[in-house]
Amino acid sequence: MSKATDRTPTDWGGPAMDRRLRRRYAAERRFRLIGLGAILLSAGFLVLLLATMVANGARGFTRTEVRLDIDFAKSALFLDPATLGSANGRAALAGADIQGVVQKAAEAQYGAEGARLLSDTAWLKVVGAIDGDPSLLTRTATIWLPASSPIDIAGKGKGDPEAERIHRRLAAREAVRTRFNSDFLSSGDATDPAAVGIWGAFAGSLLTMLVTLALAFPVGVLSAVYLEEYAPRNRWTDLIEVSINNLAAVPSIIFGLLGLAVFLNTMHLPRSAPLVGGLTLALMTMPVIVIAGRNAIKSVPPSIRDAALGIGASRIQVAYHHVLPLALPGILTGTIIGMARALGETAPLLMIGMRAFITSPPGGIAEPATVLPVQIFLWSDEVSRGFVEKTSAAIIVLLVFLLAMNGVAIYLRNKFERRW
Amino acid sequence: MTLMIDQIQSAGAIAARPDPAQIPAPKMRAIGVSVWYGDKRAIDDVSIDVGREHVTAFIGPSGCGKSTFLRTLNRMNDTIPSARVTGRIELDGDDIYASGMDVVQLRARVGMVFQKPNPFPKSIYENVAYGPRIHGLGAGRHELDGIVERSLRRAGLWEEVKDRLTESGTALSGGQQQRLCIARAIAVDPEVILMDEPCSALDPIATAKIEELIHELRGRYAIVIVTHNMQQAARVSQRTAFFHLGELIEYGETSQIFTNPRIERTKDYITGRYG
Repeated sequence: MSKATDRTPTDWGGPAMDRRLRRRYAAERRFRLIGLGAILLSAGFLVLLLATMVANGARGFTRTEVRLDIDFAKSALFLDPATLGSANGRAALAGADIQGVVQKAAEAQYGAEGARLLSDTAWLKVVGAIDGDPSLLTRTATIWLPASSPIDIAGKGKGDPEAERIHRRLAAREAVRTRFNSDFLSSGDATDPAAVGIWGAFAGSLLTMLVTLALAFPVGVLSAVYLEEYAPRNRWTDLIEVSINNLAAVPSIIFGLLGLAVFLNTMHLPRSAPLVGGLTLALMTMPVIVIAGRNAIKSVPPSIRDAALGIGASRIQVAYHHVLPLALPGILTGTIIGMARALGETAPLLMIGMRAFITSPPGGIAEPATVLPVQIFLWSDEVSRGFVEKTSAAIIVLLVFLLAMNGVAIYLRNKFERRW
Repeated sequence: MTLMIDQIQSAGAIAARPDPAQIPAPKMRAIGVSVWYGDKRAIDDVSIDVGREHVTAFIGPSGCGKSTFLRTLNRMNDTIPSARVTGRIELDGDDIYASGMDVVQLRARVGMVFQKPNPFPKSIYENVAYGPRIHGLGAGRHELDGIVERSLRRAGLWEEVKDRLTESGTALSGGQQQRLCIARAIAVDPEVILMDEPCSALDPIATAKIEELIHELRGRYAIVIVTHNMQQAARVSQRTAFFHLGELIEYGETSQIFTNPRIERTKDYITGRYG
């Protein structure tokens, strides 16, 4: 007792105090600077990444086109413009040697190398043009056709000297132009980098994600509700909890092997299909949703459960009327983390055959398809230089897909979030 | 269970005193109730009657088990996995722990108001209408509107909220929230209302309003209130039970408990010597 009264009074203004204060403020400043530096560093890397992607990928969305004048009247096509609309006319058009006509026209206009200026599939554009306007057959038409890959790259300033020279000559004749490549967004994979499109992989990703969400979300949420609200606490539920946590950490390629063994070899589901991809990714996503869901359900205040139980709500009513709506924002956050991971997943899909070369977009979940990350992986592996920018463009599409998905989830989360 | 009852009765015979815990035609009756949390006994052999027309107050120091005992009266302790109740609790003569008793219906008949106001994060209307809706009371919107208005009026909240029934119940002040919780409890037309320290989170003015409300609700509902505030127990209750260390020390008329306690420990607590 006496000790407390005997001690000398604290000198709040003394030099020792001043020193201590200065040290404290310095420590605080240091910490703030380190934090700020860390954030600036990561933001810098993010900007660098996005800038590189956009700089490389933006060119993937454009293409170089070469002007070609075709005198259809003089070409030996024997097509009657009047019948082209009918089924017979279409058959005749399909059978006509448009490819030869285009090749001859190109050689006539640009010399012996003329045919090499155009993309391998350029003549399909001509077929489309005739189909759209049969009157072309009676006159000389000017059509802009996609350039072959070397000319395309030269048009974007990265070609080899030979192609650059040709491109300069074409430019002098005003026979080349650069346009937005809408075909990139609407067609599937191809062997010619000038003709590839991302739509096949995009549709495959979309279908796969839908299957994943349709399976993983309900099963994950219901498991979380059961484990939190109903399951007794004992050794078995502990075991299940540990298993779920371990499942969330299992490398994704293992899930691919599981999908291969179970869905393809045992259940004989169609190979390379979004159905199997979705099933496999759902197995991978579900533990993430269960863990996030359980945490969200745990964080609902027990007083709300008491309130509902106290006026005679049954346990299922408590869960569905009160706990689940309040936990939904947290569950959605977990779901989006899981789905984002599934969207970017390549390895397990390689195992179940989704790396096949597929030129047409899938018409359903049971048809062969590929997905965006696998498409990126495949293109990045190509030797042809034209694929470099296509790879970057595909990455941009993947990132936009991801951002759109996250945007929807954030919107839903804010919609369901309740203020206390 | 019968063994339990025999023990109680024999214990009563040994004590050979008129048991003040017995009142004629009680609404609820607890006989030899013990509550265990795992191996720990939280309530030890409590027998008590809750009167139909009475406000019954449970007082005692923190951790004496009065809230635990209150929660056995509508089986809220069922939600705690380790809790175990022995003995018999009757509502109108029926054992509420019998296998035939539906716990959902029981909790509608024995409503509860909690220590911390806990309205649902929904509109004021939905807060009150939720109970009647899940129990199928009030067919149609019109009847439900009637129940909501009547309940809010009885809880003394109608005049304050009638123009903003669609606003969130959590936007009200603490005292209003607690009255909303009382309205929510009486909306399902219970027979008993259990209140677990309903005013401990409220300021004196809100507390006064709740106490007034308890006065008005008396007679219509049997009310059991747990309180730390002895003045409150003296003001609102007709009968008071004093709990200490999980045991029921003394139970009787409130006036008698506060002016002339029979047992030394009750006197010590009431005069503030411990607790």
